[in-house]
Amino acid sequence: MSNHIKAFALVGSVAAAVSMASFASAEEMAKEKCFGVALAGQNDCAAGPGTTCAGTSKVDYQGNSWKLVDAGTCETMELPGGRMGALEALTRDLPA
Amino acid sequence: MRVGQAEFRAALLDPAAAVPAGLVGPQGGDAGVRFDVYRNNVVVGLSRALAEAFPVIATLLGDHNFAILARAFLRRHPPQSPLLAEYGSEFPAFLAGFPQVRSFGYLADVARLEVALRQSYHAADADPMDPARLTALPPERLALARLTLAPSVRLVASDWPIVAIRRFHREPGAPKPAMRAETALITRPGYDPVVTDIGPAGGQFASALAGGAPLGAALEAAHSRDPDFNPTGCLSALIAGNALIALDEEAPR
Repeated sequence: MSNHIKAFALVGSVAAAVSMASFASAEEMAKEKCFGVALAGQNDCAAGPGTTCAGTSKVDYQGNSWKLVDAGTCETMELPGGRMGALEALTRDLPA
Repeated sequence: MRVGQAEFRAALLDPAAAVPAGLVGPQGGDAGVRFDVYRNNVVVGLSRALAEAFPVIATLLGDHNFAILARAFLRRHPPQSPLLAEYGSEFPAFLAGFPQVRSFGYLADVARLEVALRQSYHAADADPMDPARLTALPPERLALARLTLAPSVRLVASDWPIVAIRRFHREPGAPKPAMRAETALITRPGYDPVVTDIGPAGGQFASALAGGAPLGAALEAAHSRDPDFNPTGCLSALIAGNALIALDEEAPR
């Protein structure tokens, strides 16, 4: 392939990448923090040991710990015992 | 009587070592049992830190085996920094050299991925550039443009399907990993790092970009690995991951 053709191919790839990415980030945006739905120790956080967030929820469905879920699904999520997820921290299921 | 730090530290990490001479309890008596309790807490604390830092390795090995490896590791590599969140960067190399797990070639690479994820999480913030700047350039200028990647970007190349293995052990219902070489691209679009497999050629492309190569030259580097390589997927992962922070048309100084 000549350099000229390669340069044009690159333009096509870049244009495709930019439009794909805007679609992907729209999908990424469509997440919401959902409180009270995470199983013990499985709340989302990537900070690692020695920090106050990684997998620190002590009980299942702890009201003040959250997970990222698809937008619009948090408050309609069905959980055992008639619990519901919420967009703000809850006072139920707190560790003793 | 004073107890030297070196002696105290050595005794902390060796369960068979004698309690340092001169250590006394509050009543002036021998500190023997108290020191043993403390020594045990140090080991348990660091083992738990490793399990939190390497959740996929802990799942792959099981709690029992992981605990054995963690104890062997932490005695050989006690923390060098007071930041526990960074602890364990030597763990991948340790796994690669540990005889009982050496036949599981992917373990060390999965551990490298887990180290890179934490580094990405704690890296400095950077504002992404407007991706429209890429599409605004005519072909020949685009090929010569250099991109600056965000400080949170990490690449982990492997001969194993490390991205699929991690997914399989974290997401219920994720597909079983198929044997292939994967290169993990880590970006941090929001607060948490995101992993994307960009393949070996994508890895060449991204690492050339990270090294300051212009887009055209980075593409050449990837094509030397795979003549059919198309940079669209890799570039879109970089853009969606807010990983492109500057575009520069000048030659670097």
